[in-house]
Amino acid sequence: MEFIAKWLPYILAGISVGGQFALIAIGYTMVYGILRLINFAHGDMFMIAGLVMVYMATVLPLWVSVILVLIITVVLGCTIERVAYRPLRSAPRMSIMISAIGVSYFLQNMALYITGGLTRTYPTIDWLQKNITIMGASTKMVTIITPVLTIVLVIALVFLIKRTKIGMAMRAVSRDFDTSALMGIDINRVIAVTFIIGSFLAAVGSILYFSNYTGIMPTSGSMPGLKAFVAAVFGGIGSIPGAVVGAFVIGICENIIKGLGLTTFSDAFTFVLLIVILMVKPTGLFGEKNIDKV
Amino acid sequence: MLTIKGLNVHYGGIHALRGIDLEVADGHIISLIGANGAGKSTTLKSIMGLVAKTSGQILWNDKDITNIPTKEVVKQGIVLCPEGRRVFPDLTVEENLRIGAYLRNDKDGIQKDKEWVYELFPRMKEREWQLAGTLSGGEQQMLAVGRALMSKPKLLMLDEPSLGLAPLVIKDIFAIIKQIKDAGVNVLLIEQNAKAALEISDYAYVMETGKITMSGVGKELMNDERVKKAYLGE
Repeated sequence: MEFIAKWLPYILAGISVGGQFALIAIGYTMVYGILRLINFAHGDMFMIAGLVMVYMATVLPLWVSVILVLIITVVLGCTIERVAYRPLRSAPRMSIMISAIGVSYFLQNMALYITGGLTRTYPTIDWLQKNITIMGASTKMVTIITPVLTIVLVIALVFLIKRTKIGMAMRAVSRDFDTSALMGIDINRVIAVTFIIGSFLAAVGSILYFSNYTGIMPTSGSMPGLKAFVAAVFGGIGSIPGAVVGAFVIGICENIIKGLGLTTFSDAFTFVLLIVILMVKPTGLFGEKNIDKV
Repeated sequence: MLTIKGLNVHYGGIHALRGIDLEVADGHIISLIGANGAGKSTTLKSIMGLVAKTSGQILWNDKDITNIPTKEVVKQGIVLCPEGRRVFPDLTVEENLRIGAYLRNDKDGIQKDKEWVYELFPRMKEREWQLAGTLSGGEQQMLAVGRALMSKPKLLMLDEPSLGLAPLVIKDIFAIIKQIKDAGVNVLLIEQNAKAALEISDYAYVMETGKITMSGVGKELMNDERVKKAYLGE
């Protein structure tokens, strides 16, 4: 019992952080699945979603702010794709990647300009911050809500991809642009939908993530973005279940390491994991299986 | 139905099509034969709006479709079954067929056409739930043709349907192409297997380095000395 009382808070925190990473990681993995592009700006979009919440909440009721954050982030994601990625679609892979890095710095610098470099206080969402007790361990509501919400969203997403027409088109486009176009599929629309989903999930993740912290800075998106990216690679980039499993593994491991009193090394663990997975199984846990027959 | 007038295409720095004139009349199988790199595939891709045209005109029932997007071309009832089959390997056979009907919304019609495809290719029915990537080459070709038919085309364009297949399978495929024509779908066929193509064609064009050098009724071309020498290996 004492064992559970000591470790349960860490495990719960791990699952919660894992869920937040998962929501970001899905955006990386889906965009990669379709465009073969690592969207370096994804973590910064996550940060922008946080800042939008900060500024909205000062003038608007909380629930209106939440809805606006979701909408604005989705619009931002689509705009980035339209302006920075679509014109480069037939260019060499390296060009579009550099463009992504450019967008990342642009967003960070824009945030720096707007915030004046000061840490902005993230609004308190009372309901998420409510204390609750589970099996003797006291924790916040957000810790429980995050994994539940993550799993619900992932199930909905998997359903969308496996069972709907647009999902089938996404699977087709991720394999073969030209042939998909021959079927009459509007490639631009499918890619736009991918960015809408990725941005929406990042916005949800941002609300859950930042409500655990008091402040937000222009660089606040880098670390969670990077960790979510590692999660996506760990799970096998391109695979949605992979990204989710990877994110939970990273979240839980980091918190166990913190529980052992090795907080200094918890970030390092994630990147050691990245190096190990790239050496041992470069395609990740659920990496793309190739069953092409020539 | 389909008329191409003076089509010029530059593709990857090459003058790939040099003033092509071609016509597909209603109720016919038309074939386009020629060596590798003669511009056959480029011709089909230009019809589909996949490559940019330098000049010329493509008319479909007197309507100019030269510069409309691929999606609209498919909506007009023209479909291309691409070279190398290009089925979606991680979609099931059934999903591959359904994606062929992507632009259609008539549920009953789609179901009816799916049954027709299964009738043409009973093997597809057996493998309905299998991933397309696990099919053999011949089966994938059948699926690719079936998928193209699912768009309910008025003109079916086939790019090298016999490529890399065993002779017996090729025979099957050509028999089915005839069946498809009898069902009222016009066929524009590209083939390196000139003999098989000419045998089933009503009319044929011969292409060389981006130009059409000869045309005529299929059976007559088969007796032409130049065609015999260059394409039939006689």
